[in-house]
Amino acid sequence: MTWTTEQLAGLVEPDRAHRKAYTDPEIFDLEMERIFERTWIYIGHESQVKNPGDYYLAQVGRQPVIMIRGQDGEIHVLYNRCPHRGAQICTARKGNTGNHFYCSYHAWTFELDGKLEGMPAKREYEGTNLDFDDPEFHMARPAQVDNYRGFWFANLSEGGPDLATHLGESAGAFDQLIDRAPGKETEIVGDCFRMVQQSNWKIFLENQLDSSHPGVTHESTGKAAQKLEAKIRADGEEPPMELSFLTDFARLGHDGWTKFGTVGYRNGHSSLEGYMGLRPDDPDTNEYVRRMYEAYGEEKAEEILAVDIHHMIVYPCNSVQPPLQQLRTIRPLTQDKTLTEIWHFRLKDAPEPIYRRSLAYYYMVNSPSTLINADDLFNWWKCQHGLESSASEWVSFHRKAGQDEVRDGISYSAPESMSELPLRHMMHAWRDYMTADAGAKS
Amino acid sequence: MTAACDTLAAADATAVADVSVETQRAVEQFLYRQAEILDERQMDDWMGLFTEDGWYWMPAEEDQTEGDGQPNIFWEDQGLMMMRIARNTHPRAHSQAPHNRLNHVVSNVIIESENADGDVIVRSRFHCAEYFRYEIRTFSGKYRHLLKKTPDGYKIALQRVDLVNREGPYDYVLQWWL
Repeated sequence: MTWTTEQLAGLVEPDRAHRKAYTDPEIFDLEMERIFERTWIYIGHESQVKNPGDYYLAQVGRQPVIMIRGQDGEIHVLYNRCPHRGAQICTARKGNTGNHFYCSYHAWTFELDGKLEGMPAKREYEGTNLDFDDPEFHMARPAQVDNYRGFWFANLSEGGPDLATHLGESAGAFDQLIDRAPGKETEIVGDCFRMVQQSNWKIFLENQLDSSHPGVTHESTGKAAQKLEAKIRADGEEPPMELSFLTDFARLGHDGWTKFGTVGYRNGHSSLEGYMGLRPDDPDTNEYVRRMYEAYGEEKAEEILAVDIHHMIVYPCNSVQPPLQQLRTIRPLTQDKTLTEIWHFRLKDAPEPIYRRSLAYYYMVNSPSTLINADDLFNWWKCQHGLESSASEWVSFHRKAGQDEVRDGISYSAPESMSELPLRHMMHAWRDYMTADAGAKS
Repeated sequence: MTAACDTLAAADATAVADVSVETQRAVEQFLYRQAEILDERQMDDWMGLFTEDGWYWMPAEEDQTEGDGQPNIFWEDQGLMMMRIARNTHPRAHSQAPHNRLNHVVSNVIIESENADGDVIVRSRFHCAEYFRYEIRTFSGKYRHLLKKTPDGYKIALQRVDLVNREGPYDYVLQWWL
C-alpha cells in the first residue's frame, strides 16, 4: 500500500502507537527518506581520524559515506561511491588512504576532499562531456556537513534547521562529554563494538529512556552482581564502585525507579536523569574534582558536574551517556534489524580510575559479552516478533499519559513517576517528521 | 600489567615444542574437557579449571598484548566468572529461556613450550556451533592457553581466545565463554 499523510498521522495517538510503525517495510523506507535522509545524522568523532588520509566508514539512512581527514587537516564527509561506474571506493571499515583515494576498478583517483584527480589514459576523455571541474565527476558530498565541537554530522537534504538548531538542548550531552575533561578535550578509545539488534530502531531508542524496565529486565544480573559483592566483602575487601552499575538493578527493585525524571525536548530529543551517584566521596573522585576545579575554577566546575544526564537521545540516531563517556549510534538496516555502534571516550587529564569506570561500564553493559544488553536485545527481539501478531494493533504508552508538564515547549515527566513520557514524545516527533510536507525538502 | 599476558606476548606463537606423548595427551585431554564443560553446562566444574588469579580473555583487537585497562570482548577473573554463572543460571535470566546450547570441536593442538615446572603454553583451533532462539550460529577461532602444572593437574593462568570475526558485527551477544 502507499501510505498517505493522514494514514501516517493516524499511527500515533496521544498514548499509543500502531504496531505497523515498527513492522511495515514501506514505513521503514519512508522513515529513511523522511527522517534519516532529511535530518542531521551522526557520522563520528574527530578523534577517529587523527592524521591526513585517516578515514572511517559510516551510514546515513541508506547511503554509505566516508569521514576522512584531508591533507589540510580538515574533515570531509563523502559518499562512498566512484562517480565512474559506481564502485565503492573504500571497503575496509577504517584505515588510511594515503594522499588520495584510488578506485580499484579503473584507477580513477580523487583528492581527499573528493575532487577528481585523474585516471589512466586521461587523454581519451578529451572531447567528451567529462569535465574535471564538474562535481558530477567528483566523489559526491552530502548536502550539508557540519560538526558540533568535534562531533560530525551529515544531512543528505538541503534546507531545514542548521545543526546547532537541530540539536538544541540535546547538544548539552556532547558538551558534557568534553567539559567533564579537566583537559577540556575528549578522545575515542579504540574501535567501537558493533551489535545487530533483531528489532526496529525505535524500540532501542524507547528502551534507553524507559525507566520502568531496568529493575525487571536486569534483575538476574543485579542479583548476580550482589552475590559477587558479598563474596568480595566476605574476603575482607571493598567491592569496586563499578559493580554498583549492576547492583543498582537489583537494589532499586521493580518499582524503585521513580526518582529519575525524563524530559522531552524539541525535535524528538529526550533525556533520562542520572541515577548512578557517580560523585562518591572517594580519593579517585576527589582527585578528579580537584583537577576540574584547577581547570575551570570551582564555580564553573561545579556547574559542569551538576548536570546529571544518564541518557540523552539525540533523535533519531544517538544515545549518549555523558557521566560514563558512552555513545551509541544506530544504523537502521531494515524494519526489523538495527546495527548499533558503541563507542567510549577518555577524558583528557582525568585520573586513570575515572577512565576505568567508563571502561567497566563499556565492558559490562555494552560489550558483545554483556550481561545487561543480553536481556535487552532479547526483549526487543520478542517485541518485534510479538508486534507481528494482530492480537492488538496498538503499543501502549499509557504510564502517566496526560500528566506530563509542558513548559516553553519542553515536556517534563510527572514527579516521582516512571512516566512513559519519552516514548510518547519520540513517537509524536516521529509523526511530525513523517508527515512534514512530504514533497518538499523541509 | 598482567604477568600472564606478558608471558604469552613474549612467547613465540609459532614455536613447536618437542614434548612427550604423555604431555601432549594430558594437555589435549584438558582442552577437550574444558570444551565439554561448556557444552554440557557443567558449570560447577568451570571455576576449577582456572588458577586463583587466572583470566579468560577475548581481545577486541588483533594486536592487543594486554587485557587490563583496555576494551575487550571478554576479560574475566574468577569473580566475574562467578557472576556470569550466577546470572546465566538465575531463574529470571529470561534470555536463557530457552537455554542456548554449545557444541565445540577443538583441534590442531600444538604445545609451544614446556618449562621445568611442567607449565605449558599451548595453541589450538576451535569450531563452535551455538543453538539459540531456534537457530544455529557458528564461531571459529584460536585458543592460546597458559597452563600451570599443579598437584591437581593443569590449571589455566590465562586463556586467550581470538575469534576470526573478532571485530563483529555481533548478531546478539555471547552469554557464555566460547
